Order: sequence, then C-alpha cells, then structure tokens
Amino acid sequence: MARAVTSRRKLINTTAAWAVGLLIFFPILWTILTSFKTEGQAIASPPIFLGFDWTLENYKTVMERSNYARFLWNSIIIAGLSTIIGLIVAVPAAWSMAFVPSRRTKDILLWMLSTKMLPAVGVLYPIYLLFIKMGLLDSRAGLVVVMMLINLPIIVWMLYTYFREIPGEILEAARMDGATLKEEVLYILTPMAIPGIASTMLLNFILAWNEAFWTLNLTAVNAAPLTAFIASYSSPEGLFFAKLSAASTMAIAPILILGWFSQKQLVRGLTFGAVK
Amino acid sequence: MSFKHTLRAATAMSLITATSAFAQDTTITIATVNNGDMIRMQGYTDQFTADTGIGVEWVTLEENVLRQRVTTDITTNGGQFDIMTIGMYETPIWGANGWLVALDDLSADYDVDDILPAMAGGLSHDGTLYAAPFYGESSMIMYRTDLMEAAGMEMPDAPTWEFIADAAAAMTDRDAEINGICLRGKAGWGEGGAFITAMSNSFGARWFDEGWNAQFDTEQWANTLNFFKTMMDASGPAGYATNGFNENLSLFNQGKCGMWIDATVAASFVTGDDSTVADSVGFALAPDTGLGKRSNWLWAWALGIPAGTAQEAEAKQFIEWATSKDYIELVAENEGWANVPPGARTSLYENPNYQEVPFAQMTLDSILSADPNDSTVDPSPYVGVQFAAIPEFAGIATEVSQEFSAAYAGQQTVEEALAKAQAITDEAMEAAGYK
Repeated sequence: MARAVTSRRKLINTTAAWAVGLLIFFPILWTILTSFKTEGQAIASPPIFLGFDWTLENYKTVMERSNYARFLWNSIIIAGLSTIIGLIVAVPAAWSMAFVPSRRTKDILLWMLSTKMLPAVGVLYPIYLLFIKMGLLDSRAGLVVVMMLINLPIIVWMLYTYFREIPGEILEAARMDGATLKEEVLYILTPMAIPGIASTMLLNFILAWNEAFWTLNLTAVNAAPLTAFIASYSSPEGLFFAKLSAASTMAIAPILILGWFSQKQLVRGLTFGAVK
Repeated sequence: MSFKHTLRAATAMSLITATSAFAQDTTITIATVNNGDMIRMQGYTDQFTADTGIGVEWVTLEENVLRQRVTTDITTNGGQFDIMTIGMYETPIWGANGWLVALDDLSADYDVDDILPAMAGGLSHDGTLYAAPFYGESSMIMYRTDLMEAAGMEMPDAPTWEFIADAAAAMTDRDAEINGICLRGKAGWGEGGAFITAMSNSFGARWFDEGWNAQFDTEQWANTLNFFKTMMDASGPAGYATNGFNENLSLFNQGKCGMWIDATVAASFVTGDDSTVADSVGFALAPDTGLGKRSNWLWAWALGIPAGTAQEAEAKQFIEWATSKDYIELVAENEGWANVPPGARTSLYENPNYQEVPFAQMTLDSILSADPNDSTVDPSPYVGVQFAAIPEFAGIATEVSQEFSAAYAGQQTVEEALAKAQAITDEAMEAAGYK
C-alpha cells in the first residue's frame, strides 16, 4: 500500500516537474517555431503551432543582412574573457572571506551585492563619459571590464557559498604538510570546489552573454555582440516577428547548446551543499 | 630596366595603391531604425560605395533603443556615429542646441526646395534645415470597403468622429471576430500617446496654454478621452489598451478590423502580399469634429549629422544620395513605385507613375493638412502635432499615456486619469522652470 502511494506521488511529482519545465521552455520553443514561419503565419490568429509550411527564408534573410559571425565572435570574447578574469579576481576574494573571515566579512558581502540593486541606467552617463575619456567606446576591452565588474558580486557570493561547504580542516592539514598559500588554493581548494567553480563560470558566462543594457549602450559596430544583433530586428512599426525570431534563435543557440551539454555540472554546482 | 626606373615605378604604384586604399578606407557609421524603408536602403548602399568610394557601416536598432542610444551619444559628444536617424521631435531641439550640422549648403542638384514644406518646417530650427527627410508620414483612415458597403454606409473623404463611431458600431460583428475600429491604446509617447494627442487637437484640446500651464483639466480633454473610450469599448478589439501599430496591423491584415486610423506608411502593408484584405481597402482623411483641425499627425524619419564628426563631408554626401530624387527612381526601378520612400518630396507626388499608387493622393492630402506650427484650435506655445517639441515632453508624455492606458483598461476612470495627467505635467513643467 505504502509502495502504491509512493509511486503515485512520484508520478504526480514527475508530471508536475515536466509541466513546469515545459512552461518555462515554451517561450523559447515558440521563438524557434516562429523562426520557421512566414511573417503572415507568425501573426496568425489563432496561432499556428506546427501545421505550417516550414521555411528557412528568415534565416537566409538574416544571414544576408547581418554579419552574424562578427556578432557571435564579440559575444564569445566578451562573455568568455569577463568570466575568466572575474574568476581570477573572485577565487582569492571568496577564499579569504570563507576561510579567514573578519568581523566585517558579512557586511562586505552585503555591500558587494548592494551594487547590483542600483538601476544600470542611473550610472549610464558617468560610465559613458569615462569610456569616451579612456577611448573605450565600442571596444571589446571596455565591455569585458564592465561585464566582469557587474557580475563580480554574484561570482564572489556563489564561490563563497561553495567554499564554506569545504571543511577548513582539510586546508589546515595541507598547511601542516607544508603547502604554501598558492598551493593550497590551486591544488587543494580549487579541485575540491570544481563543481561550484564550473557552475559559477557557466552562470556568469550566461549572464554576460545575455546582458543587453551595457552591450547596447556602449557599442556601435566593432564590439557589438549578439544582443545588438537581436535589437536590429525588433521594430514597433512593421511586422518582422519571424525574422526577429530567427535572429533570436541564432543568438541563443550557442548558449542553449552549451547549457544542454553542461547541465549535469550546472545542476550539481547549483545544488552543491543544499542537502547534507 | 634600371634600378632608378624600377624604384620610380614602385613608388608610383605605391602612391596609386595608397591613394585608392585611402579612398576606400573612408567609412561612415550610420545609426538607424529597423523599418522596411531603412532596410531597403541598406541593400542599395553598395551602389553608393561603388560610386563614391565611401564605405558605410550600419547600426540598426529598435526605435526606442535607438533614441536612447543616439541621445546619449550626442549629449556627451561621444562621436560614435557620423549620421543619425532622428525624427521631427529631436531635430528642432538638437538643432537649437547646436548639436547638429546645419544642412544649408546642399548642392543645387539636390533641389532642397523640393522637400515638402511641412517636412522641411518640422526638421528646421529658425529656418535652417538640420536633418533631411528620408520618408515622411501623416495618419489617415484605412477602412474595409466591403464591410462599409455591407453596413450600408459610405465613407466620406473627410469624415467626422461622429460618423466614425457610427460606422464602427455598424461594422462590429463580435461573432465573426470583426471589430469596427482598431486604434492605438498602448502606453508610450510615440504609441498611444501620439494618437490621443493628435485626436485631441480635433476636439479643441491642447497640452499647454500660452503660459505653459497643463490643460488636462479642460472639457476638451474630457471629451476626447471619453469619446475614445466609449467608442473603443463598444467597437474596438479586446485588450485595445495594449495595442500599438503592430498589433493593429496584424488585426487589420487578418480581416479583424473595419477601420484603422494610423500612419500613412501602413497603406503599403495593408495592400501588400501579407494582407488578406488587400483588395478591399479604402482610404480617407483622419476625422475631425468641425473645429478646423483634423486628428492626423505629422512625422518624418530624417538623417542628421552630429556636430563634431570628423567625416562631415562624407556624411553630407551620403545624405544627398539617400534622400535624393535619384534614389527614389532607383527604388522605383527595382521594386515598384508603391515601395519608394513616401512623404518627403513634392516631385514624387507630381510623378504620374506615383499618382497611380492607390494611397498616394490621400497620403499627400493628409501630410498637407497637418501643420506643426499651428496644430491646435486655441493658440499653444509649442511646435509639433502629436508632440510638443520641448526636451521634457517625452518623459511627461510617457507617464501621461500610462495613465490613459490604465483608464482604457478600466483600472481607473477617465476623470482620475486626467487629474493625474494634470498633476504630472504641472509638476514636471514647474520643475523644468517653465512656470
């Protein structure tokens, strides 16, 4: 009897999980489907789900109109470098906060997080003027720095949480065996926190990839990433939903594939320490 | 060949190569909006480059993103763009601030006097042109001739709002999903805000009196909003409070609107391949109430040069090409007269080929009946038909239109929306030092 109840509950839970999953994924699925419709089919009412004439015309138009490779390359460089530099800065910071905390550590962590509470547009002009002075407008270097800085609080917070789960005694033992600080961080701490670091890296990469305020406002031609590519197909006066969907699909495809292949690491990292 | 000759030949070749490379290396950057005409222009850019040796880089953005982007750049002298696509709202303000290069030395071939006076006037400050119109638009009625006939009514060339409300009620068939009228109710100064402001002109309302006092507490504004809401509640589509240009275009093209009052450029969409009702569309002037002002707006997308650009000469060369009579001929030759950028030049409407386009005359009549310098029944201190050309307007009108949309959606009464609009506007104008 107890076994039957468990099975029923399992079935309900599985169905609910699938329903929530599909609900979350539906906007992406709809975007992908729309990208294969004509503009007329894209706005049809009632909406057409699958019974339409599939076409690649929108992808052809988008490829002809835009230099997709340039946008993609910029996205990879900006998201990739900002993530790597962010980790280089954040790992030692999170280590010191987790293993050598001071009385103000919690305050510092909260202060770091509070910088995320300021609406970005509030500092647009100061940052823009700084970029003009430093010659960084429309440069990948400038965007890498901005992306790294705006995501740094999240990286430090995540790593701090993961590091706190690692017993300090292990590091102490390493120190007693003569490990230097560098060796302790590189050969003991980092391998033990690999799932956490990997998920932090992936999440940060996704955040940097999707960021659309600074990337639109600080770029023009040379450093414009895929967010600018999508924005070029949005229009309040003209029905270009199918082309916009094709551009969006092309922009999210790399990150979707990356997320798909690394979902194990992501889930393991995000649930690290959740169950003891 | 001696060493000296070889050296000379090599030097000459280097110079030629360097010169041609220099000519081809000149590249201008243009910020523009994503609409059919602008995208079409990008397709012809190679011809401009082949003729002049000037390369062109396009930065295409959604209209509201573009506004924010170019405004940030020009106010900080960022220098990211050599040409900016701007409208009638920005041009006079930016021209007055000295942020744009005056277009007062265009060549004789360009024939600047051919630009429609209403467009040239709206893109000038103190009589100096600061941006060249690429295309211009007003607004007009697009209606279903078959539904109008079935309703036993005939659309006059210049109808009143009373007639429109009656016709909308007669054409509405909820069972067949046909709405008598589709209008913009979406929040945003360029969306529902633009429509209701243009409509209010025909009801004798205005944003400000001559002392820059807000006028939302007047009977004229109450009449405008009450008429709009009553008519749309009775004959408009469900959820009209969130409908903008695209939503209404989609409804009209699917045969779900009896009438649609919106931008004249939409005429080519509703009679195009994507429309299911292309063969039964008629056009008429935007309605009035007999007070002497109609409810149509006036707008142009124009190309302006930010002051301080290092490539002013090349930018001017591009603007002369892109807004010329020859460019219109080029598009007509390749894509037909119905697809040329409309509303900018007088000569286009004198062209017999263009006169055959079904909506050409009504577009011209609509443009000519809107005067940005005299848009209201009672005198007002501002320039602009569906906006007031002051820097504060965009922010104020966005907030006001949000209150109006909330009233359309039934979240508050018309009286409450108008009272809030009055308070928002008065406060902002006082803070800005107008009073």
